[in-house]
Amino acid sequence: MAAKTYQEVMERRNQIMKEAVGIDYDRFRRNELVFDYEKMMAEVGYQLDEIREIQGQTGVGKTPLLELENLTAIARKLAPAGKGARIFIKDEASNPSGSFKARRASVSVYHAKKQGYSGVVAATSGNYGAAVASQAVMRGLDTIIVQEVYDSQGKGQPEILEKGRKCEAYGAEVLQLTVGPELFYTFLKVLEDTGFFNASLYTPFGIAGVETLGFEIISQLRKDEGQDPAVVVCTNAGGGNLTGTARGINKAGAKETAVVGASVDLSGLHMASDRDFNRKSFTTGHTGFGIPFATWPDRADVPLNAARALRYMDRYVTVKQGEVFYITEALAQLEGMERGPAGNTSLAAAVALAQEMDRDEIIVVQETEYTGAGKHPIPQLNFARENGVEIRRGDPEDEVPGENIIIPEEPGQIKARDLDLKRIRLSYLNKALENSGLKELGREEVKFLSAEINLSVEKTRELLEENFEVEIRH
Amino acid sequence: MAEKIPAGSWVQIHDIELAAEERAPQVPEDTGRVPLEKWIKGFLQEAAELDEEVEIETVIGNRYRGRLVDADPSYDHSFGKAVPELLQVGRELKEMLREEGGE
Repeated sequence: MAAKTYQEVMERRNQIMKEAVGIDYDRFRRNELVFDYEKMMAEVGYQLDEIREIQGQTGVGKTPLLELENLTAIARKLAPAGKGARIFIKDEASNPSGSFKARRASVSVYHAKKQGYSGVVAATSGNYGAAVASQAVMRGLDTIIVQEVYDSQGKGQPEILEKGRKCEAYGAEVLQLTVGPELFYTFLKVLEDTGFFNASLYTPFGIAGVETLGFEIISQLRKDEGQDPAVVVCTNAGGGNLTGTARGINKAGAKETAVVGASVDLSGLHMASDRDFNRKSFTTGHTGFGIPFATWPDRADVPLNAARALRYMDRYVTVKQGEVFYITEALAQLEGMERGPAGNTSLAAAVALAQEMDRDEIIVVQETEYTGAGKHPIPQLNFARENGVEIRRGDPEDEVPGENIIIPEEPGQIKARDLDLKRIRLSYLNKALENSGLKELGREEVKFLSAEINLSVEKTRELLEENFEVEIRH
Repeated sequence: MAEKIPAGSWVQIHDIELAAEERAPQVPEDTGRVPLEKWIKGFLQEAAELDEEVEIETVIGNRYRGRLVDADPSYDHSFGKAVPELLQVGRELKEMLREEGGE
C-alpha cells in the first residue's frame, strides 16, 4: 500500500495523473517554457463533428438561444441615443444536468468509457459535479465527486450543499471536505485507490466539449438573424468556459466577434481561508479563480491546462455580487426565466456592455444555469446576512466583498468594470519566465508567449523587452 | 445506554483527513490552524452508536471507516425568508418599461 502523507501523495502526482487521464503531457512539451497547445488539442481531443455526435447521444447541447427583449429595452433606456445592442442568452440550463458543464463532462465521460475505466472522479464544488454524475449515469459508469463544502465550524455554503445534493441525486458518491487546497490531495488518493478516470475540468476533452457552445451560438444567430454577434460574454472562473466557447466561435469562422470575460469582484477575500470561505456569496465565476487562472493557467489538476482564457480574451470585466443578484431577479421578473445566480455574472456585464454598442449589434450571454433551493439569490443573501454580511440597496460601487452586498437602486448603476489586460499579460509573462528559468528567448519562445497572451509577436517582444531582463534573439 | 443504529441505515461518517500540522505549507494562517475534515454518507455495515468508529458502504460500493456523526443525514438547505432588498426590483423595472421616452 502506497504511503499517504500529504508530501508523499503529492510527490506521486504526475504518475497518478498519467494513469488517471491517459495523456502523456510530456509529448507536447518543447522545452521548459513552450508546449504545442494546438497539437495537444488536436491529438487528444476530439473533432467538432465527433463531439456533436457524442453530445447528441446524451442529450447535451442544441440549447435555445433567446432574445431578451425587455432587458434590451432597459439597456436602451439607459444608453446614449442610437446605442443599446440586442441582448441574447443561450439557455444552457436546458442541458440534462442544468448547466453548460454537461458539455464539458460529456467528452470526458465518453472517453473514460471507451478506454475501459469503470468510473470517473472530479474535484469540484460547482455544477460540474452534477454534470459528470449525470453523464456517467447515461454511460453506465460510477462517479465520485470531491467537494469543498464546509468551514471549520461545519457550516456549509447553501449553494454548494445544493450542488452536492444534485450529485447524490444522480447516484454519485460525494466526499465533502472543509476548506483548503488539499482537496487535491484527497482527489489524488481517490484516483490512486479506485483507478477511476480523472474527469478533470481542464483536460482537452473538457475544453473541446465546450467548443460546440460557441459553434452553436454562431450557427443559430446566422440562421435566425443573419448576422454574427459583435460580442459574446462568458462568465469566467477557471477559464474553460471562455476558452471552449471562443474556440468554437473561431471554428465557426466568426472572425469579428469579440470575446469578453466577466467575473464577480471578490477582491480582498482569500479563497483558501477558513474565515473568508462563508463570507463570499459566489462560489464560482469570481475573480478569486478568474484572475489567478488567467495569469497562470497551469495551477490545475492536470500538468498542462487546456483552459487558457488569456489566449482568447479581448476584454475582461468585473461586476459586483449585488449587481448579479439584481440581474438574476430581473431575468425572472422581466423575461420569465428563473436561472443562476452565478451564471448570470455575464448577463449583468452584458446589460452594461450593450449600452456601449450600436442598436443593430448583438451581444450574446453564452450561458444560464439551473436554480433551486440553496442556489438562488434568496438563500444566498439570507446566508450572507447570517454570516454578518450587510445586505442593503444602494450604489454597488460601494460594495466591499465579505463586508456587504449592495443591491443596485436602479439598473443604470450596473457597470462592467474593465480589468487592465496589460497587467494580466505582464503577470502571466512574469510567471512564465520565472517558472521556466529561461533568460534567453528565441523566435519559438516569443511566438508561444504571443499566443498565450493574445498579442502580436511584435507587441509581445516589446512588452518583454520593456519589463523583463531577458535576452531576445531576433 | 444509547440506542444502537441498525446495520443498513443510511448514515454519515466523519474523519480527519489531515491534522492541522499535516496540512499543505501554502494554506493561509487561519486554515492552517484547523484540520482538514471529511464527511461521507453510506450504509452502516454493523449496528453502532453515535460517535463510534464504524464502517460504511457508499452508494457505489466503496468502503470507508470513520466516526458515526449522523444517523439520518438530511438536506436542510432551503430558500428561507423573503429578502426585502429584492422585493421591489421587478416592480421598479416594469415601471421603467412602462415609462415613455428614452428608447
